[in-house]
Amino acid sequence: MKSGGLRLYAILYLAFLYAPILLLPLFAFNDGTIIAFPLKGFTTEWFGQMIANQTLRRAFTNSLTIALTAALLATCLGIFAARASTRFNFPGKTPAMGLIMLPLVLPEIIVAMSLLVVLLAVGIPLSIFTVILGHTLICMPYAIAILSTAFSSLDKSLEEAAYDLGETKWSAFRLVILPLVMPGIVSSLLMSFTISLDEFIIAFFLAGNEPTLPTYIFSQLRFPKSVPVMMALGTVLVVLSVLLLTVAEYFRRRGVARTGQKDHGGFL
Amino acid sequence: MSAPRFDAEARQGLAMISPPLVYALLLLAAPLLTILAYSFFKDGYLEVIREFTLDNYRTALSDPVFHKVMLRSVVVAMLVTLVTVVLAFPVAYFLSFAVRAERKAMWLFLITIPFWTSYLIRVFLWKVILAENGVVNSLVTLLPFVDHSPFGNMLYNVQAMVVTLAHAYAPFAILPIYVALEKIDRSLLEAGQDLGESRLMTFWRVTLPLAMPGVIAATLIVFIPTIGDYVTPELIGGGKTPMIANMVQANMLALDNRPMGSALAVTAMVIVTIVSLIFLFLNRRFLKVRQ
Repeated sequence: MKSGGLRLYAILYLAFLYAPILLLPLFAFNDGTIIAFPLKGFTTEWFGQMIANQTLRRAFTNSLTIALTAALLATCLGIFAARASTRFNFPGKTPAMGLIMLPLVLPEIIVAMSLLVVLLAVGIPLSIFTVILGHTLICMPYAIAILSTAFSSLDKSLEEAAYDLGETKWSAFRLVILPLVMPGIVSSLLMSFTISLDEFIIAFFLAGNEPTLPTYIFSQLRFPKSVPVMMALGTVLVVLSVLLLTVAEYFRRRGVARTGQKDHGGFL
Repeated sequence: MSAPRFDAEARQGLAMISPPLVYALLLLAAPLLTILAYSFFKDGYLEVIREFTLDNYRTALSDPVFHKVMLRSVVVAMLVTLVTVVLAFPVAYFLSFAVRAERKAMWLFLITIPFWTSYLIRVFLWKVILAENGVVNSLVTLLPFVDHSPFGNMLYNVQAMVVTLAHAYAPFAILPIYVALEKIDRSLLEAGQDLGESRLMTFWRVTLPLAMPGVIAATLIVFIPTIGDYVTPELIGGGKTPMIANMVQANMLALDNRPMGSALAVTAMVIVTIVSLIFLFLNRRFLKVRQ
């Protein structure tokens, strides 16, 4: 009885979370330029315009380049940090990890502005490279959060057994640890990729004249004429995100199963 | 453990942490310190004059526009936090206590998906929903005996920003509360009821205090990004209701007054830190009650 009411509330809450997003496909296929009811009819024109758009294509390539590179860098750096924080004790560990995880609790505008000021002062021209630098910084804490879970569930005796059997530090890492944390690494790559692909503030201030998907969307939202195309693009992005997350969740669960933990669910 | 063994471990650990640490020092610590330094410099024409001054802070703190914008940022962030946490608590409670263990991962997955879909597009969708010719108005107009656009324009005010941000940060609030609730030893609740407490009193005197660390974490996780939000005031506020991020950006770029922009950014960070410390202090008090 009591939990019935709660269930209803939770379902309504989910509906509230999803309702705005469901408008995307609805109006992406709607044959009208104004986002309002009643719907006018079915069209794929907006998707056609989206594919034919040259600037959009450039923004898409830029975003992919940035997201791939940032995901790789963040995950590589994250492996070092996660391994250091879960396996070793050393002086200054808490402040060091605190600094690395700081972007999680810092408003993005502060990160973006301070980076911009320094880049301009040092004289590094703004490009997709500078966006990669910023995205790596903000993806790193998320990567570390995921990777730390993977590393902390490792049984230390497995590693010691490998040493006893004559493996070196590196070969033990490659043959024993890496396969065990692989699902965590894949999950971290996908998560960082998704974060970078969606990130707006840092890209907006650090990209110079290069468009990325979010900054291009932002520039187009001012023109009512291009809104339906943005709805189509939004639909594609949502589908892409959901796909990536489903794959990430699959790997996370496999990792949990592989190291024999109890599944608590969730990414964070 | 002997001393040399510890040294070896410490050295290994330091070597291991150094790549990400150096990265964070160069691209996070150094820029933040630069901003701090700039905030004490003078603004010259096209350049920053490296002369110590407190003028930026003096000007900022006595500027009524800054007061208004800062107050608006804090009020919006507080309202969003309140709405999100209050609405999220029952969902987290439901997840932790009413959902069967094997279904929990699926529920959490469903809750996190909207959070990972483009933030910009979600904010923009609220603009489309609340606009004069938007989704809500056009839907209601479909009803008989309703005039065109009965609600008029619902954009460009604080309420619209609160709704948008509360929707954007909703999943953030659920997860920490859920984690705290999961940690509660279920036998404590049974003990409470065995000792003659009603269900409601058990919730009030056992569950809620034990869930408090999660609630505080949720509060911080929603409050900090919300107060620094740039997109929502720009799109939903239409530039008419700027928040602190917009003011920092305007000073840094449009007005090209980096020292002033830096001083505003530092002041905002100090205010955010003070509010966060208050929340954390509350958390400590709750933890003490627990012991």
